[in-house]
Amino acid sequence: MISSFLIYKTILVVAVFAITLFVAAYSTYAERKVAAFLQDRVGPDRAGPFGMFQPLADGLKFMMKEEIIPDSANRFLFILGPSIAMLTALMAGVVIPWGNTLVINGESYTLQIAELNIGILYVFAVVSIGVYGIMIGGWASNNKFSLLGAIRASAQMISYEIAMGLSIIALVITTGTLSLREISLLQAGGVGSDWNFWNVLYQPVGFIIFLICAFAECNRTPFDLPECETELVGGYHTEYSSMKLALYLFAEYVNMFISSAVISILYFGGFNFPFMNDLGLDQNTITILGTVFFFAKITFFIFFFMWIRWTIPRFRYDQLMNLGWKALIPLAVINIFITGLVMILTSK
Amino acid sequence: MPTLNLFYFLSFVAVLSALLVVFSKNPMHSVLYLIITFFAIGGHYLLMNAEFLFVVHIIVYAGAIMVLFLYVIMLLNLNQESEPHKSTVLKFAATICGGLLLLILVAAFKGADQLPAAATEHTVGYVKSLGMVLFTEYLLPFEITSVLLLAAMVGAVMLGKPERLNKG
Repeated sequence: MISSFLIYKTILVVAVFAITLFVAAYSTYAERKVAAFLQDRVGPDRAGPFGMFQPLADGLKFMMKEEIIPDSANRFLFILGPSIAMLTALMAGVVIPWGNTLVINGESYTLQIAELNIGILYVFAVVSIGVYGIMIGGWASNNKFSLLGAIRASAQMISYEIAMGLSIIALVITTGTLSLREISLLQAGGVGSDWNFWNVLYQPVGFIIFLICAFAECNRTPFDLPECETELVGGYHTEYSSMKLALYLFAEYVNMFISSAVISILYFGGFNFPFMNDLGLDQNTITILGTVFFFAKITFFIFFFMWIRWTIPRFRYDQLMNLGWKALIPLAVINIFITGLVMILTSK
Repeated sequence: MPTLNLFYFLSFVAVLSALLVVFSKNPMHSVLYLIITFFAIGGHYLLMNAEFLFVVHIIVYAGAIMVLFLYVIMLLNLNQESEPHKSTVLKFAATICGGLLLLILVAAFKGADQLPAAATEHTVGYVKSLGMVLFTEYLLPFEITSVLLLAAMVGAVMLGKPERLNKG
């Protein structure tokens, strides 16, 4: 019994790991294709049909490149930086409920690696540790552009973490749980039987705040000031080359994937889809279809990240700080008050 | 007893990295060792089924406060030459204060083994049970702490304001 449980969890861990890396690799391809589409170009089309093997070619190129560690850099911390960035990016996938329960031969298998009763806070903790990857790497490079990039990154991430946390508090007030799986299950049915709507209808302001903060946490445009080329060369990864640079860039795409998954779970029903209980399907079909829908939602949000990147220009640094502290945080606090008030008034 | 072994391992890591915080020459390394200490202490919370406390500990201390520490140290660019020389009186005062704190802690924990063993049900660290206790039994200390935090926040804003406010 215990061993079958262990085997199942091991398979799940490996599968989630592989899928995360696969999605992240093909996000780099998708990013270039989306950019090409938005700018009326063709994009990568040489490696394989439609350039499908471009991520493999990129990976090979990164591996083959000469690895340079600056003479004045702190060697251990220099290597630790990208490792932490990648590690924390991958760690968040542990609590994501990728699907509901599969029943095979009378035994139920939950498509989630670990069900924590504080799932969303765990994601939060992992994200907050992720700053160290950038800070340590930027400091250890011993380069002023890297240092400035690292300082910008850390200031930005701390500022937006607060607004993000406050927007989640309002959501937690409505759902009454911190577990990502329970939040998903509460949205079961979508617009159909039981009439459970997705949380985005109850928390539209919270959703917008969370979305903006997710962009800032992933260092994506319009919040990519830490790696602003025109001011800071390459930002915190100026001195990095070869696979270490690839790890930093890759961690960004993994973060984007995880953020999209968390947004889908918190506000867009996770693995639930409309009319899921009205079609008369059996449990396993619903579960598999749910996982497919979940990945469709994730794909949409990844596309949304890219869409924004090639549409909106970068903020100035003071604009970034003003938006975070003077707009998003007060808005999130007001949102909490209104949510609490409505909950008290409607609970009687 | 895997739990006991884990306890010893975490305690070893916590004490070792805490010592390294004090003995490191480089302030940057000190901060990084302090982060490891926080993680080891967080591990102890996990051993006691206090998942919520663990995560909040990591978010607040490792994720926010230590990042600010790193931030300040990066900006100050501390090194051996620019380090201000501390007077002997200050060192004495620091030693005596530290010793007194140790005395108080030892005195406080002296009777700890006489207390009945804490409840180890799985629900003990859940947010619900913690919230129930905080908002019923310990409501007054909780509210006083929040007033203290508010005062600290107002104070920080006051200190951060430009000088011209004081003249007016």
